[in-house]
Amino acid sequence: MTTSPEQDGEVAARQAVMALCAEAGRDALEAAVAALGAPVAEDLRPAETGLVMATGRIGGDGRPFNLGEVSVTRAAIRLDGGRTGFAYHLGRDRRKARLAAILDALWQDPARRGRVEAALAPATAQSESARRQAARRTAATRVDFLTLARGED
Amino acid sequence: MYVAVKGGEAAIDNAHRLLAEARRGDPAIPELSVAQIRAQMALLVDRVMTEGSLYDPDLAALALKQARGDVVEAVFLVRAYRTTLPRFGASVPVETGAMTVERRISATFKDLPGGQVLGPTFDYTHRLIDFALAAESECEPAAEAEPRADAGTCPRVTDLLAQDGLIEPSPADDGAPVGDLTREPVDYPADRALRLQALARGDEGFILSLAYSTQRGYGRTHPFVGEIRVGAVDVAFVPEELGFAVPLGRVRLTECQMVNQFKGSGAAPPQFTRGYGLSFGQSERKAMAMALVDRALRAEELGEPVASPAQDQEFVLAHCDSLQATGFVEHLKLPHYVDFQAELELVRRLRAAFEETSDAAGMQEAAE
Repeated sequence: MTTSPEQDGEVAARQAVMALCAEAGRDALEAAVAALGAPVAEDLRPAETGLVMATGRIGGDGRPFNLGEVSVTRAAIRLDGGRTGFAYHLGRDRRKARLAAILDALWQDPARRGRVEAALAPATAQSESARRQAARRTAATRVDFLTLARGED
Repeated sequence: MYVAVKGGEAAIDNAHRLLAEARRGDPAIPELSVAQIRAQMALLVDRVMTEGSLYDPDLAALALKQARGDVVEAVFLVRAYRTTLPRFGASVPVETGAMTVERRISATFKDLPGGQVLGPTFDYTHRLIDFALAAESECEPAAEAEPRADAGTCPRVTDLLAQDGLIEPSPADDGAPVGDLTREPVDYPADRALRLQALARGDEGFILSLAYSTQRGYGRTHPFVGEIRVGAVDVAFVPEELGFAVPLGRVRLTECQMVNQFKGSGAAPPQFTRGYGLSFGQSERKAMAMALVDRALRAEELGEPVASPAQDQEFVLAHCDSLQATGFVEHLKLPHYVDFQAELELVRRLRAAFEETSDAAGMQEAAE
């Protein structure tokens, strides 16, 4: 399947919103959906929990191998206007996955994209601040080892 | 052989009620919450996820609560739970080179691009019991510092060595299907991918002891810790209905790159070889032991003599799973009455025969 650069950019932007929703807490998504008027959505498929086999690579960059499974919850919904939205999240929170699927559907509507991103702004800010703080704490443990000369020269 | 028995329902029910009360312990002491276990017994939760082969910290914490802290029992609960769920598919392989590093150390190079960061570690602690922890107290907030410019990029140490051809490259991804021991029984010899899957979910104690045995001379591999890194990586999955990689969220992993001496063979020039370890959560001991055993299990591939337990893949793979091991060992306590009756009969008959012959011999001696 070939895609145009515009489509690639569109997919990348959608993935970024999906990543944000996956990382955010359920409360943040509840708040975002509420702020967007809590649109009516029907299930394309009832939200369900299952497994994805997480794979790694031998040596970090070689042949894949199966590391172990992760629990994943997925949801698929359709909005009144017919737009569909999907979510796949780590964990077992069906309610949260369904909220993310609604946000995914809303985000795909160019007319509503800006409002969706604005509604998710607090989650974005929280995620960025948590990462910044974690990076600062890690940085404080950075070590410079010195090798000492040994022997009797 | 275990034969089904009947009876004892009331006793079993009561034993389970007693278990529930024993699990709760003294009601005067506040009950542990799953969130507390997850947050404060984090390394134990990581171990249950790793050996349960299911990344789900809340579930692992709940399993630990139910199992009264018994790791193998908790692993059993997690493994049993996973069998109730459908499998959506396999992830895109995680990119550990892009990990948000919270700990990264190397025993081979002191100066690395991205630096060495200790993160939350027991290393360099004095291992003195801290009695202050017995009293509830506020802890000092962690120190903070401005990350240096290169902190965001941490190339793998093995990539640095690889630039000069001093270290073997990772086996190339040939697109061949990846074996999965949860779907197909293991056929020996098992390829490295399958061995790594088995080691990743294997019992930490067993893998650790095997790794230790290689250091003591039972299949030496001359290892150096090229790198250990702990941190979060993105996991993504490509659902059929979407056709692109959907980010599922981030998981915490520990990766160990072991670098091993190798003098070369007729086919390969002298270069360093490698062992690889990867585990869920912060499981450094496990990842290191896994990397050592991974390298030991490559003995045949590298033309080394296969003479020690850690080099024998059937021995290692068939015995490293704590759930299989406990299943077979613990089944011995279930009723074996019929089996044992048969054995009793046999021993009685053999004894009777023995006594007959020795009586006959005794009479013959007396007669002489």
